[in-house]
Order: sequence, then structure tokens, then C-alpha cells
Amino acid sequence: MAKLEKIIEIESLYKSFRKGNQIIPVLQNISFDIMDGEFLALMGPSGSGKSTLLNLIAGIDKPDSGSIFVQGIDITNLDERTLSRWRSEHVGFIFQFYNLIPVLTAFENIELPLLMMNLSAKDRKEHVDFALSIVGLYDRKDHYPKQLSGGQQQRVAIARAIVTDPSIIVADEPTGDLDKKSAEDVLNLMSELNQKFGKTIIMVTHDLRAAKYAKSMKYLDKGVLINGSAEIFI
Amino acid sequence: MKLILLYSLRNLIRRKLTTLLTASGMALVILVFSAVLMLSEGLRKTLIKTGSPDNVVVIRKSAGSEVQSGIDKEQANIIEISPEISLNDRGKRLVAKELVVLIGLTKKGTDKLSNVVIRGVMEMSLPLRSQVRLKEGKMIRWGTNEIIVGSKIAENFDGVKIGSFLSFGQRQWQVVGIFDGGTTGFNSEIWADVEQLKQSFRRPTYSSIIFKLSDLKDFENLKMRLENDPRLTVEVKKEMQYYEDQSAMMTRFIKVLGVSMTIVFSIGAILGAMITMYSAVAQRKREIGTLRALGFQKVTILAAFLMESLLLSFAGCIGGLFLSSFLQFYTISTMNWQTFSELAFSFTLTPKIILQSLIFSLIMGVIGGLIPALKASSQKIVDALRTD
Repeated sequence: MAKLEKIIEIESLYKSFRKGNQIIPVLQNISFDIMDGEFLALMGPSGSGKSTLLNLIAGIDKPDSGSIFVQGIDITNLDERTLSRWRSEHVGFIFQFYNLIPVLTAFENIELPLLMMNLSAKDRKEHVDFALSIVGLYDRKDHYPKQLSGGQQQRVAIARAIVTDPSIIVADEPTGDLDKKSAEDVLNLMSELNQKFGKTIIMVTHDLRAAKYAKSMKYLDKGVLINGSAEIFI
Repeated sequence: MKLILLYSLRNLIRRKLTTLLTASGMALVILVFSAVLMLSEGLRKTLIKTGSPDNVVVIRKSAGSEVQSGIDKEQANIIEISPEISLNDRGKRLVAKELVVLIGLTKKGTDKLSNVVIRGVMEMSLPLRSQVRLKEGKMIRWGTNEIIVGSKIAENFDGVKIGSFLSFGQRQWQVVGIFDGGTTGFNSEIWADVEQLKQSFRRPTYSSIIFKLSDLKDFENLKMRLENDPRLTVEVKKEMQYYEDQSAMMTRFIKVLGVSMTIVFSIGAILGAMITMYSAVAQRKREIGTLRALGFQKVTILAAFLMESLLLSFAGCIGGLFLSSFLQFYTISTMNWQTFSELAFSFTLTPKIILQSLIFSLIMGVIGGLIPALKASSQKIVDALRTD
């Protein structure tokens, strides 16, 4: 059953980059809400600002102006230390190139976000084992990233994203580096996380096939949010 | 914390060659650093061991060492009847009046002359030096020109075999024995009958009076009494303190010179560590961005990279100490500038030197790793994540 509460409220968001003396606007007056339990695909051409918007929602970048309320907290006003703690508790990250730590095993990579919580080694193990069972890689837990295929590495990254049971998962081109079969597996897994576990997922993608796994889409062009269904623009 | 430590350790293992080369640079610095301290400690220990805890040395006031000291017969007589002096089994006072002179002897394998201590001893000198044992030959017959030589003199100098003659003080002296003074400085001395030595060098005075106290608690009173006696111009020291003072100048010189040199060398090792850590930061930008995105605080990233640098320097420390530990098998024979005489001593590794080397290496690790670690921790997350 669909949930109707707003989990993220974005208001009048502006972001620009400075290149020498030139100021390049990246996001202009972005305002929209994301509902709890939504699976949103952010689409748009390269340089449209979709990854920047995702970074702002995830709290790893700061806007020039505007606010982002997540569960009632304006994360743009949090200091760096508080924001780091907030990310570790509320946001799971999935990156295009998996971003696993090469010298740590799958188990240790997944355990990383739990180190910031006051959990015993036994509790951490239980959490990691559970996350591994969801992504179906329990038997590969002692493998290092280079011993895993791209699809398997991305599933480890998904396990790492969900191990702290965050309310929001952000994914930046999660299938961009995968073959078709692996991409489908990853997208099915993300759908399952959304539908079965109620995770709110915001996914940046170029790929319309990937976007079709999402429940809703938003389209950005030159830093501006275009109203209407994304399919219209693709 | 365990995982962060593993992360740092495994990153070092992954870059085997760079790690090995950087740690080797640090190991060489630690080798020099610990070797200098071991040398200085070896000298100090040898001289301290030369003294016995309950022996007292009396020399002329302000003389500094036995070589520069002179105590005339009258003064010696006053000192040797001190009631604090211990008696042996036969009721005789354990006191010896000794004379120290220097002669030049040729070192083996060179044509260079080195100063060697000739100590004029008397019968009571031996029970006062329990460390000294006759190793070969026989003891001096009192009243003759016979001499016995220390084991390091026998090893390092020419013409000191048993039966050979040495010419000094206008006389011919026959070597009749070799004695072993354990790890003391006596090994670097030649002993003769004090009265014969006085006559041959035409010395009217003794260099020092050595005696054993019956009770150590009497030392302060004895010192005050003798040093304030208007008939005497003497300085009273515990024998161990006397020998420690003999090592002070040279140990300080070795330490100051050696440590200054090591600090200069360490700059190279620190720069090596810095380059290694900078390259580690550059290669792992995206990893750093990921860790920060996951919620790790800046200070954790700083700690992880600093830990890596510290592990590197720790490895260097272990390597350096391992190499320097072999120096303990090596004995050095050189001039002690305080006494102007030859002294043989070994490199001595102590827990204190291990600790000092560890601290020094960790300081190198902190200096080498801090700036790269600060750079790693202060990167913007989005910029770090964008790295290829």
C-alpha cells in the first residue's frame, strides 16, 4: 500500500559552480517533494545537474540557497559533523562504479557503515549477514572486490547501502557499468528493496529501461526541472 | 578501529614495493639512531661496571680523573686509616694506593700509537676488584718488574704476549699474565706493582686511594670528613659514580654528534614517507570520498592515513632495531677523551634505547604522514567521488 507522507521537501534550490571568474549555474529554483516509499528516477542529459541534485539530497554537497527538508530536518543547515552522522543513519549510497574498498572483503565493505554505530561485533555480524542474504551473496562474503564480477560488486554495494536500514537510498547510475543481465538483477533488487522493505529510492540514470523500474520520474534540463512525464522528453 | 587498522595495514601490504622501500629508508635512520645510542650506552655501562658499588675512590681535588690526580704519601696515610674502611678475613684494611700513568703502545694492524693505562696496584687491589680474574699465566710477584695485561689489551695490541717485554719508565717489564675484567674498563689496562711503577716513573705521589666501605651508610660522613680535613686536598666519590663521570664527556659527545646526524638523515626518510603517503592519497581519492559519503568523519580519515604512516615507520623501526641488534657482537676500542686512554666497549642495546628508537620512528611517521593525511581528510566529498 502506497505511503503518502512526504519524506523529502526541496524548496527553491540553487547551486552553481565557479570556473575562474565565471559562475556556472547548475541547478535553478528546484522545488519538489518526494514521498516516503517512492522509487524516483531522475533523468536528463549529461550536465543537466541530476547528479548534483542527488548529491545535495544525500547531504554530500551544499546548495547556494534553498532548503532540503528530510523527515522535517533541514539538512542544508547541519554542520559537517552532524551531517556526516545524519548520512550514516539515514542514507544508503549506490555508485556507478560500486566504490568498494579494494583491500576489504565483501563482508568488511558491508560492515563499514555499521562502524559508526554503537553495535557489538556480534550485532554487526548479524546485520551484515542479513544484508548479504538479501543480495544473495552470503557465500561470497570473504571475497575481495576484484574476485567478484561487476554485478556481484554492485550487489555488495547495495548490501552496504541497506545494512544500516536507512530510510533513503540514493543511486547514481547504478547500472551504468553493468551488462544487461547484471543491470536487470540490480534493478530487480532495488525494486524489491522499494516494494518489500519500503525504502525510498532516488536513482539518477540515463537509461530509460532502468528508469522504468522506478515508480515515478523527474526530468532535468540545464539545471531546471521540466514538468511532465519523463518519457515525453526522451 | 580494528577495521580501520586493517584498512591501513592491507593498503600497505598492497603496495609492497613502495612500502618496503620507504620502510627501508626509515630502518636505516633507526639503525644509525640506535647505533649511536648503543655506542654511548656501551661506553657508559663499561665504565660504570668498572666500579664496585661499595668501593670509594679518593683523588686530588679538581683532578677530574686518576691520570691528573696526585696524592702524596702523608695524605695517603691519613686516608688509609679511616675507620669506615672494611677489613678482610685476616683483619687487614681493604684499601689500595694506586698510580695511573699512560704509555703509548702500537695497535695491532696499524702503526699508530694509542695511550694505554698502566695501573700500579698492590696486593689489596685484587680483592677490591672482584670482577678481575687471572685468565692466563700467573700473578705479578710483588717487588718485581712483572706486569699483567687486560684481555682487550692482549687482543688489540702488539707485543703483549706472555713472556714478552715492554719498555716504559726506563725499565723492561715482563708480561707474566693476562687478566679478564669481565665487561669492565680494567680489560683495557696493564697492571704493575705500584711501588715499582712509582720508582720507574719517579713519581712521589699516588693517583688514587681505593677502599671498600664496611657500611655504605657511612659514605656521606666519610666524604664530608675527608673533604673538609685541612690536611687533605681531596675529592671522595663512590667508585661507580667516579667511572660514570669518566664516561660523561664522551657519551655526551657521541650522543650530540650522532643524534644531530640522525636528525639530518631523518629529513630524507620523512620526505620519503611523505611522498609515499601523498601518492597513497592521490590513488585513493575515490575511496576517501566513499568513506566520507558513508558518514566517516574527517578525523577518522585523518587517523586512517596517519595510522598508515605510523605503521610504515613502525616497520622501519623494527627493521632498524633488528639490524642494530647485530652490532652487539661488535666491540670497539677507542680513545676515551676524558682519560686520554684506550678503552674497549661494545654496542649495548637496552629497553630504553628500543623505546627511544620507537618514539623517534613514530615522530618521523607523524611528520611524514600528517600533511598527506590532512589533505586526504579535507577533500570535498563530491570532488573525491568524481575522481577516475
